[in-house]
Amino acid sequence: MTDTFALTLAGILMAGAPLVLATLGETLTEKAGIINLSLDGSILLAAMAAFAVSVTFDSPWLGVLCGMGVGAAIAGVLGVIGIYLGQSQLAVGFILTLLARDLAYFLGHSFSRQPGPDLGLWTIPGIGTIPFIGPIFGSQSPVIHLSLAAIFLCWWWMYRTEGGMRLRAVGESPRAAFGRGIRVRLVRLYYCLAGGALVGMAGAAYSLAVKPGWGRPQGCEGAGWIVLAIVIFGGWNPVRAALGAFFFAALQVSGIYLQEVFPSIPAPVFQVAPFPIMILTLLAVNMGRVGWVQDMVRRNPVLKRLSQSWSIEAPAALGQDFDPRKGL
Amino acid sequence: MTRAAPMTELAWLGATLLLALALTVAVTLPSGAPPFETIYVLFKGGLGSVSKFGRVLAVWVPLTLCAVGLLVPFTARLWNIGVEGQVIMGAIFCTAALRPYDAGGAAQIIIALGAGVLGGALWALLAGLLRVFGRVHEIFSGLGLNFVALGVTLWLIFGPWKRPGVASMSGTQPLDVSLWLPRLGSMTVSWVGLALALAVLALIYILLLRSEWGLKLRAVGENPKAATLFALGPRRRLLQAFMVCGGAAGLAGAIQVLGVYHRLLPAISSSYGYTALLVGMMASFRLGPVPFICLFFAVLNVGSIQLPLQLGLDSSLSGVIQGVMVLSVFIVHGLRLWLRQRKEAG
Repeated sequence: MTDTFALTLAGILMAGAPLVLATLGETLTEKAGIINLSLDGSILLAAMAAFAVSVTFDSPWLGVLCGMGVGAAIAGVLGVIGIYLGQSQLAVGFILTLLARDLAYFLGHSFSRQPGPDLGLWTIPGIGTIPFIGPIFGSQSPVIHLSLAAIFLCWWWMYRTEGGMRLRAVGESPRAAFGRGIRVRLVRLYYCLAGGALVGMAGAAYSLAVKPGWGRPQGCEGAGWIVLAIVIFGGWNPVRAALGAFFFAALQVSGIYLQEVFPSIPAPVFQVAPFPIMILTLLAVNMGRVGWVQDMVRRNPVLKRLSQSWSIEAPAALGQDFDPRKGL
Repeated sequence: MTRAAPMTELAWLGATLLLALALTVAVTLPSGAPPFETIYVLFKGGLGSVSKFGRVLAVWVPLTLCAVGLLVPFTARLWNIGVEGQVIMGAIFCTAALRPYDAGGAAQIIIALGAGVLGGALWALLAGLLRVFGRVHEIFSGLGLNFVALGVTLWLIFGPWKRPGVASMSGTQPLDVSLWLPRLGSMTVSWVGLALALAVLALIYILLLRSEWGLKLRAVGENPKAATLFALGPRRRLLQAFMVCGGAAGLAGAIQVLGVYHRLLPAISSSYGYTALLVGMMASFRLGPVPFICLFFAVLNVGSIQLPLQLGLDSSLSGVIQGVMVLSVFIVHGLRLWLRQRKEAG
């Protein structure tokens, strides 16, 4: 029994790894004030590029690097057009989503349904025999370790370093940051690229570990949109966002079990199950800002306590242009 | 903003197209496809014969319906990303309305078309309610509902509406021939669909540019706060705008069922909703260019079907070209802005 539970947990960690990586990437980008809507396409194109490079050079880690490069490149296009050319980030991000998706299918055509290398498993000596922890961490895909490390690194960078302070400054109050001598647009572009690289790593995690291989469909379609919702659900905090990612991963894993319980319902129906839950989650998060809900929360002591630990504020300058020539 | 001379505009348009061509060649280079042969196959596949042009028109009808529908919520500065799901829901409602009949005629077809409009409008209303009362951004509500609509279709096809014997991705039992939309001569496109698309085009032109409703909707988009003060009823108006768009999309879904596939299948919407969003952005959400961009995109869509057959390439190239074109429009637009600012700064 405990073993089944441990295996389920391991399954959630695995399914959650790419979601966590992409969520952290988007959180970084949005913290700097830029919305990168291109996630769904970026993940898919990065997954394709990572797999194609792995097959061609027989080196999955080179594939991961390539996936990160692709993610950063797409984010870079968004960054330059959105930040320096002053076009709508949402519109350009949406175009890039569709473009990257179709490009992935087009360029990946010849790699479709091919066998290829994957990232394999990392065995940590000495852990495998420990009960409960052994089955979870003893011999696992490296993407799990990467995703867990990334959660800590993101949190540490954001809240414990000077770079993180600058990051939050350009997202919260670009004018003040500019006044302090921070090159707002450049910092934003950097975090666009860094976030994009993490998103690309998520794509590589799909095609080289979680759902190895390439095809049309690959199986990670739609993940990017879920990630965008998780970022809001996580309140732009890397730790809470990661928890949100694992929550959705748990839903995906439980879908597989539910399928065994209800064999009459076709499998594709379970694949769309996260989306109504995504809408309901956002509804729950956003309803907290509606007047009558706030009144109700204020009157109820239990809800009041809960809401204090659950206050979610978007970076104040999220999605807004900043033009230094317009002065302070 | 002053309007530049027509020649300058034309030059910038040329620059946009050149940029789009260059970018397309650049991003598709890794596939090793021969660029000029590919373009030749693409356009020959779309315009090579009368029957192929008929297929282009069959794509043009739903694409135009979705794209002009999108202009309505955009007038109030809202993106209806859920248009894809509204097409699917229209198709589902249309199929549901036809299920009691083994055969029929004009009356049943009209009921089914009406059901399609209703389905799309209701699905859009749901996205609108989530936006207006639940404060869920319309990108997420619309997108989530797209996937939900797809899930409903799959459930119906594999569950209650499955074909006797085998349930498969090929869809429900085909409709009786008496329930098909009549075709235009020997072409695949139905004249009813074409007429409906043109009618909706005219209707939305009147609604947006020649009616008080459209004017007030514009006011809501420009300044929601003032709209509340002037008692323009912004919430109600936004919901109406969503429903008009959903109705047009639902009609597109019904036409897909009655005139193109003659059944419900998972790919019923053929991603026209997403393509229509690209059309809208490329047209900067103005009505005039929409039908022409739709025609061009339809040629690409139909032509790309030949790519796997003749060159062993994936048909998604049409989507790549469409995306690159819209992106080029944004890049050139941004560059012009940047140049103008530089000139003003001296």
